[in-house]
Amino acid sequence: MPFNAKHLLSIENLSIEQIQLILATATSFREISKRPIKKVPTLRGKTVINLFFEASTRTRTSFEIAAKRLSADAINISVSASSIAKGETLIDTVRNLEAMAPDVIVIRHPSAGAPHQLAKRCTACIVNAGDGAHEHPTQALLDALTILDHKPTLKDLRVGIIGDIAHSRVARSNCLLLGKMGAHVTICGPPTLLPMHFDQMGPFPGSLTVTDRMSEALDGADVVMMLRVQLERQQEAFFPSVREYFGSYGLTPQRMNSAKRDAIIMHPGPINRGVEISSEVADGRYSVILNQVASGVAVRMAILYLVTGGREQREFGPES
Amino acid sequence: MTDYYRLCYYAAICTDNVGVVARRLPSLMNLLEKVKLMTADEIGLALRGLAQEIVDHNGSGHEIALVGIRRRGVPLAERLARALWEIESVEVSVGYLDINLYRDDLSTVATQPIIQSTEIDFPMNEKVVILVDDVLYTGRTVRAAMDALVDYGRPKAIQLCVLIDRGHRELPIQANFVGKTVTTKEIEMVEVRLNEVDQIEDVLLVEKAS
Repeated sequence: MPFNAKHLLSIENLSIEQIQLILATATSFREISKRPIKKVPTLRGKTVINLFFEASTRTRTSFEIAAKRLSADAINISVSASSIAKGETLIDTVRNLEAMAPDVIVIRHPSAGAPHQLAKRCTACIVNAGDGAHEHPTQALLDALTILDHKPTLKDLRVGIIGDIAHSRVARSNCLLLGKMGAHVTICGPPTLLPMHFDQMGPFPGSLTVTDRMSEALDGADVVMMLRVQLERQQEAFFPSVREYFGSYGLTPQRMNSAKRDAIIMHPGPINRGVEISSEVADGRYSVILNQVASGVAVRMAILYLVTGGREQREFGPES
Repeated sequence: MTDYYRLCYYAAICTDNVGVVARRLPSLMNLLEKVKLMTADEIGLALRGLAQEIVDHNGSGHEIALVGIRRRGVPLAERLARALWEIESVEVSVGYLDINLYRDDLSTVATQPIIQSTEIDFPMNEKVVILVDDVLYTGRTVRAAMDALVDYGRPKAIQLCVLIDRGHRELPIQANFVGKTVTTKEIEMVEVRLNEVDQIEDVLLVEKAS
């Protein structure tokens, strides 16, 4: 069954079949990163532009490596070094880039809905690498792939997402994806960092549990997902101090005792050691934080392959 | 969608054989079976003959590795490995190759191929790698497979073993070991069905009903 979508804008618009197709394709792409020659000619001659309006190590490098491993040409544009600093609008920037015929534009932007605006106006395939606090679909997909490396299925899995939920696009995408695939998600954070309308965060009403007690979120959890405390987003004081935050909401080995014995610990990165997670846990046996990064390349390769999928009509037949 | 198409689609989703649907349906829809080219027994005999030929050509078989081209090359490679063990008591490495990443028609093919896994766990240098596939036709699959192999290493030699050679090459490619050579017309198709994949075993010459 083909992917049938030109853009990857959100988890909200993905069907369960599409999610399964992405995960299955990503699994097959994984072994490419283990070969001596880490390249296949699949997207040879295609141009992928990484248009990042916000700082990023993991995501941008991951997309760049994914494109290059598929033999595509990857171009990175970061806002500080570009004309956006001179006041060029988003649409103008993209129209100018489009004139150079890229095949895929990967965009990360501080405004929610920016990728959707582009998708309406561009002929290139648009991939959302994070839009404001709205969604980060590739992160949720790579999180799912990592979970499936360690757990047999997502259905009925108990997942706790803990941290600055209100400002987290990672939390939103994960709630949607995990909810769609049948997991039980509990979101947790200080009351000041929980969104008002948390019911709308899941794929359907009642699909999420909310708490401000970390012990409730960790109780019997199969997966614990810690979110970074986004210090740079906050002008107001959402919590008294970093130390106070770590005291109530930091993940320590003692707190992990109430989770399942083989619970895995995840974090989208970058981690703030001693703020939301202790070093002992982040570097411990059950931490899969680095596996997430490896899965990220495979998932992004799968997405680049699927959105650029062949579209012209031709008889599909056996031809060996 | 006809009801038959819908039935096959749901069956494939349930059994996780989506790749099968994408390939099988065009074969099953509106096809006329013309001739049975090989029965199950003949396939078995052909494979044993091929294994013997491989040994005769390559010596004792210590440096042979088999790489099956997905999908039906895979069970054929495994069967050949078993036959080689029976004849020469040699354990040959078996790998599996999905050539879809190396196809030359990805931007024009209507249905994007599903990517399955490639597993080549053995070092390739110093080995004679024998590619195994069910049907040799235009030769483009084998071209893609050779490109994939050289990305993994530098085999001592690459040889090609196929069950059926149906002619109509579009590239200068030939098989070293052939089970059966068949003359076909371009509108015809050769369908190899194997127990491991299709739950039935034979080789058919089919034609699209007009």
